[in-house]
Amino acid sequence: MLLIKNVTLVDALGERGPADVLIGEGRILSLSGGEAERILDGKGLLLAPGFLDLHAHLREPGQEVKEDLASGLLAAVRGGYTDIVSMPNTTPPVDTPEAVRALRKKAQALGLARLHPAAALTQGQEGKALTEAGLLKEAGASLLTDDGRTNEDTGVLAAGLLGAAVFGLPVAVHAEDTSLRRGGVTNDGPLADLLGLPGNPPEAEAARIARDLEVLRYAVRRSQKKPHLHIQHLSTKRGLELVREAKRAGLPVTAEATPHHLTLTEEALRSFDPLFKVAPPLRTQEDVEALIEGLLEGTLDALATDHAPHTQAEKEMDLLRAPFGIPSLEVAFPLLYTELHLKRGFPLKRLVELFTDGPRNILGLKPIHLEEGAEANLVLLDPKEGPVDPRGFASKAKFSPWAGWTLGGWPVLTLVEGRVVYQALE
Amino acid sequence: MRHLLDFQGWTRGQVESLLDTARVMAEVLERPVKRVPALRGFTVATVFFEPSTRTRLSFELAARRMSADVVSFAAQASSLQKGESYKDTLLTLEAMGIDAYVIRADAAGVPHQAARWVKGVVVNGGDGRRAHPTQALLDAYTLLEALGSLEGKKIAIVGDILHSRVARSNVELLPLLGAEVWVAGPPTLLPQRLPGARLTPHLDEALAEADAVMVLRLQKERMEAGLIHLQDYIAHYQVTERRLRKAKPHALLLHPGPMNRDVELEGTLADSERSLVNRQVHNGVAVRMAVLYHLLVGREG
Ligand SMILES: [Zn+2]
Repeated sequence: MLLIKNVTLVDALGERGPADVLIGEGRILSLSGGEAERILDGKGLLLAPGFLDLHAHLREPGQEVKEDLASGLLAAVRGGYTDIVSMPNTTPPVDTPEAVRALRKKAQALGLARLHPAAALTQGQEGKALTEAGLLKEAGASLLTDDGRTNEDTGVLAAGLLGAAVFGLPVAVHAEDTSLRRGGVTNDGPLADLLGLPGNPPEAEAARIARDLEVLRYAVRRSQKKPHLHIQHLSTKRGLELVREAKRAGLPVTAEATPHHLTLTEEALRSFDPLFKVAPPLRTQEDVEALIEGLLEGTLDALATDHAPHTQAEKEMDLLRAPFGIPSLEVAFPLLYTELHLKRGFPLKRLVELFTDGPRNILGLKPIHLEEGAEANLVLLDPKEGPVDPRGFASKAKFSPWAGWTLGGWPVLTLVEGRVVYQALE
Repeated sequence: MRHLLDFQGWTRGQVESLLDTARVMAEVLERPVKRVPALRGFTVATVFFEPSTRTRLSFELAARRMSADVVSFAAQASSLQKGESYKDTLLTLEAMGIDAYVIRADAAGVPHQAARWVKGVVVNGGDGRRAHPTQALLDAYTLLEALGSLEGKKIAIVGDILHSRVARSNVELLPLLGAEVWVAGPPTLLPQRLPGARLTPHLDEALAEADAVMVLRLQKERMEAGLIHLQDYIAHYQVTERRLRKAKPHALLLHPGPMNRDVELEGTLADSERSLVNRQVHNGVAVRMAVLYHLLVGREG
């Protein structure tokens, strides 16, 4: 039994408290105290449901030099995540029921965050032959995606959506038209031209989203079951407008945004530092403002990290050769708590919802609210400010574009099914 | 200035002082014994992640003419990818006691990255599409030599502007000296905007009343990427005798080399008396001597 006294509760329903939260048997037993072996003073701290990340690259199998399940899932719980969707672009890609089962088994043995592997939409993520949606679902796949690859073949994507719909699996897409993107490494525009960097145009995202939405329209018309298209790491104002229009028209589409697209812009590339190289690229302040608006109004359903660890040496290459990606599991919440909530007045309730019920809803999981009887998947957050120090990351990628930033809202205790899986309290 | 990466933040005074030094160095190069002790005891490394024999020789000669020790490191970026990072390579050189690094790379920003990693001074020897500052300095030097001043002079840069580090550096540098810079090229090879330059897809507009025309090399890759059609390019963007009549009567011609005769430039023009191509190469050594001298010795500039 664990008792957290005088803690402020925050979930999608809002902020309330203080409460004395009694936890035992994997559940919240009471919000008004009780007998416990361990008592924590929660005064000044926030208790929230554990976060779910829809989009993490944990690199196992095959790229363990960048990250593995042990380091990735520890990074997750340090970031307040109790549930993680791992992307299937591993070596080899996760495209069979056996691979999904193997990952889940290994993750369960680690006893950290709970893993919900995403499986590839097409075999080998090659965009040609579909994977076995039904068997993948039975094996525990949470969604289907060729993330990182962009499903060039429209017919294959349509068939994939139809097939996944039968089993209630969302199909998530990395929306970039690669022929318009060409070799782009940064947002296409005057700054890319000035810096002499090949640009990735915002229209490459919008063009692909427009196509994908038409494919969804087709799947809705053809399918007895409701298909679900999920658009990953949306980065542009125009892309957001397309999703907004589609939602208004009643299409079953959801979308996510990442911490980096909300807190950084293309201006960061003036340093030529590959730390800021990410796909889709960092955009303009206007895009950032549009994304924040999209989070508020619900066009964006969830925050997702796109945690993408790489080795230090890879990120010490030049901008053309360095790989795309930013590791962010351990800073995502403090970053957005500070930059959106504290600095811009973004409602805390909505922010927490975007880390919890928003992504849970996309996977068809029940919402978690802080009430008696709720599963004890919880995170305790400390508003006190401290610096980002990547050297202390559990992730193997010990670098960060936010290194040295001062943030509040750090997770100090994470519980999975009532078990303490991370604590940074005295 | 601590490094020479590009001309962002440079003042006219700094450029003029550098070019004054280049004039002194040019005199040294006219002497029977073309060597001064100015950099004795310093070690200059040419670090070329992208091959360029001309530029490397020009820098190495510049360093030797001032009695510096010279080491050169050449690597294909592809071999670097097999584990050793740019940073490791540079820190290895650093451990050998290098004072100045001349860095050439096919990716924009490598010299900027290097400047964060090493203690020595960094000279950008050309990075991707970003900058080729010593080329722009030798272009400016050559133009000043021929025109006396660049104040109010119109300079046209013609060709593949989007992918050209030479164009970008000249667009940053020449306006600092009072020149009006126009850039012209096909729409697929033009940037959206470049501070300091007027952009046009119409060659005649750029050439009109120009005092000098800088012609850029057209790379085969642009045709392979489907960005232009060769014959169409020749028809509309080749700088020819006839087209040059739009410019001032004795308008000068520059080209950073190597040239594709009869592609970007009518072959006979390259050898005409208005061509400054050989002066450019000649002046390159003096300008690079001035750059190394300023960075290693005359840091007050
Ligand atoms: Zn992606």
